[in-house]
Amino acid sequence: MTDTPQHFLVPGLVPTGPKIITTRFDQADGYTYDGYVNTGGYKALRQVLTTMSPQQVHDEVKTSEMQGRGGAGFPAGTKWGFLPAGVFPRYIVVNGDESEPGTYKDRKLMELDPHQIIEGILIACYAVGAAQAFLYVRGEMALAQERIAQALNDAYTHNLIGRNILGTDFSVDIVLAWGAGAYIVGEETALIESLEGERGMPRLKPPYFPASKGLYMQPTIVNNIETLANLPWIIQETGQAFHDLGAPTSTGMRLFAVSGHVNQTGVFEVPNGVTTFRMLFEAPEYCNGVREGRGVKAFIPGGASAMWFFDEHLDLPLDKPTVDKAGSMLGSGAIVVMDDTTDMVAACWNIVHFFAKESCGKCTPCREGTTWLERILKRILSGNGRPEDLDLLMEVSESISPGIAWPPRQTTICPLGPSAVSPIASAIRRFRHEFEHYIEHGRAIDGVHTPPVHGVSHGVAHV
Amino acid sequence: MARLTDSNVVVAREIIGRLPRAKSALIPLLHLAQEQDGWVTDEAMAHIAELLNITSAEVYGTATFYEMFKFQPVGRYCINICTGISCHLTGAWELLQHAEHSLDVHVGGTTADGMFTLEGAECIAACTEGPALAINHRYRYTVTNGQFDQLVDDLRSGRLHDEVPPHGMLARIRQRTPDNWANTGAEAQQKVDAR
Amino acid sequence: MSDTDTTTETAPAPEPKRTVTISVDGRAHEAQPGQLVIDACEDAGTYVPRFCYHPRMTSVGMCRQCLVEVDGPRGPMMVVSCMTTVAENQVVHTETPTVKRAQEGVLEMLLANHPLDCPVCDKGGECPLQDQAFSHGPGESRYVEEKRHFEKPIPISDLVFLDRERCILCDRCTRFADEVAGDKLIHFVNRGNETQVNTFPDEPFASYFSGNTVQICPVGALTAKPYRFKARPWDLDQTESTCTTCAVGCRTVVQSSRDELLRYQGVDSDPVNWGWLCDRGRFNFEAVNSPQRLAAPMVRTAEGLVETNWNTALGAVVSLLDQAKQAGGAAGIAVLGGARSSNEGAFAWARLAHDVIGTPNVSAQMGDGLPVGLLAMPRATIDDVASATTIVLLGPDLKEELPVLYLRVRDAAEKGRRRILEFTPKPGGLTRYAWKSIGYEPGTQLSAMQAALADPQIAEQLAKGPVVVIAGRANLAESTAATVQALQALTSAVPNATVLPAFRRGNVVGAMQVGVRPGPGGLDARGTLQAAANGKIECLVLVGADPLADFPDADLARRALAGARRVIAVDTFLNASSSHADVVLAAAAYGEQGGSTTNLEGRVTTLSQKVTPRGTSRPDWMIAGEIARLMDVAFGYTSVDDV
Ligand SMILES: Cc1cc2nc3c(=O)[nH]c(=O)nc-3n(C[C@H](O)[C@H](O)[C@H](O)COP(=O)(O)O)c2cc1C
Ligand code: SF4
Ligand code: FES
Repeated sequence: MTDTPQHFLVPGLVPTGPKIITTRFDQADGYTYDGYVNTGGYKALRQVLTTMSPQQVHDEVKTSEMQGRGGAGFPAGTKWGFLPAGVFPRYIVVNGDESEPGTYKDRKLMELDPHQIIEGILIACYAVGAAQAFLYVRGEMALAQERIAQALNDAYTHNLIGRNILGTDFSVDIVLAWGAGAYIVGEETALIESLEGERGMPRLKPPYFPASKGLYMQPTIVNNIETLANLPWIIQETGQAFHDLGAPTSTGMRLFAVSGHVNQTGVFEVPNGVTTFRMLFEAPEYCNGVREGRGVKAFIPGGASAMWFFDEHLDLPLDKPTVDKAGSMLGSGAIVVMDDTTDMVAACWNIVHFFAKESCGKCTPCREGTTWLERILKRILSGNGRPEDLDLLMEVSESISPGIAWPPRQTTICPLGPSAVSPIASAIRRFRHEFEHYIEHGRAIDGVHTPPVHGVSHGVAHV
Repeated sequence: MARLTDSNVVVAREIIGRLPRAKSALIPLLHLAQEQDGWVTDEAMAHIAELLNITSAEVYGTATFYEMFKFQPVGRYCINICTGISCHLTGAWELLQHAEHSLDVHVGGTTADGMFTLEGAECIAACTEGPALAINHRYRYTVTNGQFDQLVDDLRSGRLHDEVPPHGMLARIRQRTPDNWANTGAEAQQKVDAR
Repeated sequence: MSDTDTTTETAPAPEPKRTVTISVDGRAHEAQPGQLVIDACEDAGTYVPRFCYHPRMTSVGMCRQCLVEVDGPRGPMMVVSCMTTVAENQVVHTETPTVKRAQEGVLEMLLANHPLDCPVCDKGGECPLQDQAFSHGPGESRYVEEKRHFEKPIPISDLVFLDRERCILCDRCTRFADEVAGDKLIHFVNRGNETQVNTFPDEPFASYFSGNTVQICPVGALTAKPYRFKARPWDLDQTESTCTTCAVGCRTVVQSSRDELLRYQGVDSDPVNWGWLCDRGRFNFEAVNSPQRLAAPMVRTAEGLVETNWNTALGAVVSLLDQAKQAGGAAGIAVLGGARSSNEGAFAWARLAHDVIGTPNVSAQMGDGLPVGLLAMPRATIDDVASATTIVLLGPDLKEELPVLYLRVRDAAEKGRRRILEFTPKPGGLTRYAWKSIGYEPGTQLSAMQAALADPQIAEQLAKGPVVVIAGRANLAESTAATVQALQALTSAVPNATVLPAFRRGNVVGAMQVGVRPGPGGLDARGTLQAAANGKIECLVLVGADPLADFPDADLARRALAGARRVIAVDTFLNASSSHADVVLAAAAYGEQGGSTTNLEGRVTTLSQKVTPRGTSRPDWMIAGEIARLMDVAFGYTSVDDV
């Protein structure tokens, strides 16, 4: 349907790069200690402990300019630099709470290559002088928890964790912690609260920047699973080598999960910053086209929190500054494709419903606002919309995210509240007629598919 | 049996001992309680409060924040069908609808034989494999209606007994506290606390 | 955080600038360093609306009502003024369209699920949410969805009801329970839009301080059983006064309607109670309003005690006193009590007893007291306690006896990081906050203290900085001697330690200071009762004292009342003791008389009359004056102010 330049459909015509963190994804025993060590595992750690100073490790990471993979995309090396000198103990907290709708990479890394993460954590601890690391795995991920627990036990047995690691004077402990079902706990300060046994409600930044007042009010670095998984490679191949991959403004290889209406969904490790969305969607190496050769109606470039993109954005590279400037974000590398049969009102409701349900309830605009938005959308979906509802949706959104701009301003403590505004602003601005059609006729426009959404078309118990 | 068993108290003390602050053990201990009884009883929460030297209200406040903790009994198998946006686009609701009919329960309900509790779920991080679901947090990908019924049948007949433990049992492998354990964080934190 | 005394050494260099210059809506303002923008704005005359912020508790920035704009490097930034501290040349905007829009947005959200039952809500008329809605509200609500539903008011304790539909989740009550009272029995439960405040199932909010949550609730979600539906705020009229339920002397406002006391609210007095009250004090007015109150004096006849008029009653009193004098001389008369009433009442009674009747047997303490000598020791204030490096507890369980002092000491330990060195026969309210808690067998305080002083770690701590001792009697059964010896051992080891005497009863310090204490050779309470028990007391005068109920040795009290030939009682109730009396003079109660009172620090504060005395009951000072007049001595007081 779209005027796709044909060459993207030809194999080998998209930029490629080495596998960095997915090398063991197809290796049957990649998650075991032996499987890891036999494929070069823990070499980087030895190298670090025996030949490098913490500062040198930190410098390599700075040189790599690796951006955090958790969502905010903040350069890891710079973040580590925020730790106040001479304040101990300090902690590393590893964010494995992966819950942003569309995001699927950290769970794969944890299940298929847990030792790689552990090695990354140890390297980070060495670099910043952390006393202890907390590996927080999302509660629902039973297999990941088992694989990581086993890996930690094995690593301990081989003196890769614990006292005087590998005979050096470097000692560190890694504690496995699980969540228990709360998306907001992915937010770093909420994660810290959760680790302290509290309700996962975010702290206000400032004053509570983790780097200065984090876990137990001590300096703390929170890093994403994928971010740390890159460290062994960076150490072995140098930060410069990492920087040379991808684009200078978005370095290295990066995992993107492409889901939705494409022929070949999957988690792809692509050269960061140079690959375009179109390449990702069309190339046989990747998604091999939208299903049934249909057109892309909209796609989400970086997780449910992100503003939606459309046809005109297809040729943008997966490059942080570029995507930011275009009015959205790469976030957690979660790309969701919606073809032209998608009911945009239902899709919009689905995402708003998610944020309403996952609001921690701490601040008024999010607690009350997201639910209000969800109720209005549900009413529209079930055929009881009123003409004034569309303006009301925007008005309520305005109260959560003044100006409804990107990057969002917020009346809230954390960005979850404003996240609920992204789908609304995107869908109403682009597909207002679909909402109006619902309001007028009580059903979707012709030619789109409306899923039997609970509590809406069924009046069944609300999910 | 609702308070933690003696053997679980031993596990609890090991968990507490590993953390810089006792209250940090709260969520792990709630999981332990749910693993023991299949859900979190008031007695267990009161017992955890004793173990951590906090009030039952604090335990309750934290516990009720997290979706995985159940405060009344659920089926042996908790089926969570993902309704996240990616699964929404690839047939989650149709699957959920089918599940309701073939299990003859509404979302949130438990089958008469107490075997299954059917729930939706926010994105379970299997987005490229929609529609996805998890039984007691063991994943199944791109599930068709037929596969769903087969799955239910396998669970009923016990064919999946080994793969899928009863509800409450999460990770069957625990992080051990080895002999060469370095309690580095806790040691350091204690120094700071006792200023 | 750091000890206050570490800064005192700094040289008196050229005066550094003590304030921070900020601009509030274009007006320059000198703010205090470290001050929060929300407070600085208020000082500058701009009130920023707020719900969750409370000056005596940690800011949480949850309600988002106090959003303002502060100029930053990248243009104006929206921040919550309750969690932003002032900075030099900070530019604050509270009036911009953005700010107004944001504040209205928050308000509309708070109202979305809030019920419209203001007309039947206790808070209606004094409700910040209601006021906000009127002044800034968007008017007609655009929220047409179904409101949140909860079971209507549920009791979360014997005193407090919670209406979760009205709750706006500001975290004030829960924060109070946590960081002020230390009773974490109410908590946020569930998540997001379903969040509610609640207790653990079947575990009520049993806190001595629960009433404060009702006072600080910014809506009508929390209500107090004794006050519910009693009055509308606009019917109340109020006056500031002092609570005399114990010797802390918390500042209060006493509120009444149609000449009936209806509510006490804490007043934020910085040196004393910070706005808090304990439930015992807060709900004390129920006693004043009790139908059992004495409305007229009574004399004993064949039919027992019968009401009479004042002339008859006072006449009877005087003749009893005369007979007593003839029979056993002035020393045959003893006066117990005086701590209940005002300084003026106590003073008048002291004069009556010492000068007119001429007896030395006068005591304000019920044998649970402390040697008057304690008052002579270097005195500490409550603030001295809060700023001390080491707080030594050598007395009663403050949580039980002087609840709001307990709050102040707890805060000093928790937030102020002061160290508590506790000596106690059994674990008490402060034990879990103590740096060291030393148990001892009743009576062995001295040896416990000596052992402690010998401990190098403790000695080092005591040498670190100011030491304040809160001294009193841990256990009524034992004599004061042991405590006093221990105290002396400590003060001789730490000469500049100061003392806060833990007197218990309302105005006992004031009473003693104005002379309600044994004269030369006079008997104290115990001595008096023993003498009475041995038939040596012709006439026992009880001024608001109820030995049968209050004296530790109840048996002695019983024998004393039986042994005393005559008993005169001045009281508000016919209680265990006064019902034994031959004459009972009906006294005016708290809130029915003005005057002054003195707390355990020696701080003198006003008592205000809010309602007229029950029936013909009279204030103590007037009663004493009448008796003196009939005994041909004119005090010459016509009003409490003369006294
Ligand atoms: C609402 C919300 C949810 C988040 N969820 C996650 C998550 O699931 N996983 C994650 O790594 N980061 C998540 N983040 C980002 C974290 O706050 C934090 O920025 C990140 O973990 C830092 O790691 P990085 O610098 O390596 O990216 C979330 C942020 C917000 C505001
Ligand atoms: S924005 Fe939402 S999720 Fe974030 S703190 Fe506020 S209420 Fe909680
Ligand atoms: S008063 Fe500042 S956020 Fe509530």
